[in-house]
Amino acid sequence: MSAKTGTINPPRSTVDVPPLNTAANKPTLAKTLGRLGLYVAAIAISMFFLCPIYLITISAFSPQKEIFAYPKALIPQSLTAETVLFFWNATGVQASLVNSVIVGTLTVIFALLVGAPAGYSLARFIFRGRDSYKLLILTTRAFPIVILSIPLAVNYISWNMYDTLWGVAFAHTAMALPTTILVTASIFIGVPRELEEAAQTLGCNRALAFIKVAMPLALPGLAAAAIFTFALSWNETFAATILTQRNRTLPALILSQIADVGAPLPYRFAAGFFLIAPSLLFIFIMRRYLFGMWGQVVK
Amino acid sequence: MATPQVTGDALASNMLAPPAANRSFARSRERALPFLLLVPSALFLVIFFAVPMVQALILSIHSPDGAWTLQYFERMVRDVNFTDAVRNTFLIILVAIPLQFLFAIVMGLLLQNKLRGSSLFLYFWAIPLAVSDLAAGLVWLAIFGDRGFVNSFLRTTGIAPIAFSWLSYENYGTLLMAVVIAEVWRATAIVMVIVVAGLQLIPPDYMEAAEVFGASRWQRIWHVQLPLIRPSLQVALILRTILAFQVFAVVIALAGRAMPVLASEAYNRYGELNPNGAAAYAFLILTISLITTIVYLIVLRTSEEEMGQ
Repeated sequence: MSAKTGTINPPRSTVDVPPLNTAANKPTLAKTLGRLGLYVAAIAISMFFLCPIYLITISAFSPQKEIFAYPKALIPQSLTAETVLFFWNATGVQASLVNSVIVGTLTVIFALLVGAPAGYSLARFIFRGRDSYKLLILTTRAFPIVILSIPLAVNYISWNMYDTLWGVAFAHTAMALPTTILVTASIFIGVPRELEEAAQTLGCNRALAFIKVAMPLALPGLAAAAIFTFALSWNETFAATILTQRNRTLPALILSQIADVGAPLPYRFAAGFFLIAPSLLFIFIMRRYLFGMWGQVVK
Repeated sequence: MATPQVTGDALASNMLAPPAANRSFARSRERALPFLLLVPSALFLVIFFAVPMVQALILSIHSPDGAWTLQYFERMVRDVNFTDAVRNTFLIILVAIPLQFLFAIVMGLLLQNKLRGSSLFLYFWAIPLAVSDLAAGLVWLAIFGDRGFVNSFLRTTGIAPIAFSWLSYENYGTLLMAVVIAEVWRATAIVMVIVVAGLQLIPPDYMEAAEVFGASRWQRIWHVQLPLIRPSLQVALILRTILAFQVFAVVIALAGRAMPVLASEAYNRYGELNPNGAAAYAFLILTISLITTIVYLIVLRTSEEEMGQ
């Protein structure tokens, strides 16, 4: 390249450019092979993510006898609900599943009740301290918030909140809140302020204009934020284990059964399947909002 | 709560104010509104985030009988598992995080090529976003366990007829590898999402310009795309590292007690009814996380200035 520009020969360099452009449009063998390579890579990566899910699923639906068999087949010999039912009927599983749903729902309600007003404020108003507050919210992510459940547990004992679902839901809300605030702010920025103002000139007060105009437009985004929060709560293990004793959530129960009791393999595999199954659904519903939720880090 | 407003803010709230009869009352309420809306979240973060953070420090240096002491830190450092826990946590981070970033960047760039079915690929790759660390550990237990799928495969194909204990304490290398693979499987997705979000922010003109000037695919990636997603990578690096210092359930599910990490030691102290000892570990994780964040910010900013020169 440098040798070419060194020679004083302008016509040649102008001839050099057009072939580059046409080459970009014409499918050559190298290009087709390169494109094929991209597909091979994409499929290989997909296999890496999907195969483990397939394997835990066939493990959960194999009879217990086959779980201990060796070598195992990659294609199941027989499918049965025996292992899943063994887990389902194990002590505490059904109650902890109900607990997980309650804690997740409470977390969604708290996070939206507390976080959405802050998000709305950051999105709609220009006021002193707005940027500092935003920065403060971002900074909370530099702290290992899960670990804070240990001092929180000591507080809960003195507040009579230890081993309650409320307590776990509050801890999960604290973890979800920074994201909820930033996400709801970006949702409300997307709702034109002019619509709310129009409603106000037509006789709505501010609150009514918010409920009748901004809320419905923000609803799909808020629903996505709710699912994000629920998934966070559903999956959180450390704090839920620390903050409960008998009122376990599902991950807390499974973890304590594994760490403290040494649950058998069929229990573990069925548990893994139970924990993973909803995440397929969560991400399927959320696939349009992935970048709005998890990518919500760049201002 | 309502602080005196500068004229620009007054103007803004004036524009928002409804045409009410009592204008000054409405205006002062309008001025207070943005702050009032922040109050619940601020209070919540104080009670459940700021206060526990200070309490973690107090618990770790204050014994139940009321004396200030360093005994919990001394005991932590002398603990049989302490050195192992520190080493394991750092090793997992040092091996897993570079792999996660390598994979995430490759995946992000692949998605930029407008492959057919790329939304399906994105869905598959994003599934682990909603998978818990505990579930990830259990999934890879089914694969790497003594009677797991890897050993079964090696036996059936005749590569290795005798089962190998991938997850046993004696085979530290393979145990670490299994934990790292599980972490890469679970946590690459979040980095990928941040990378893709960053790549989408790059104006298409930049890439077209680079192409017109004859930049090859690799040159475009190396000199245009990667430098432009640096801020995203920095944020992702901080987020991932903070989360990785709390690595817990993956390790419990795969290794049990064979591989102590900082968070599992905190969990064990707490289980031994020793919240002060647990708080010492919590405070250690907190300190390491903050130092790492500061180091990242300084190191990455310095090199940014170098690039500007």
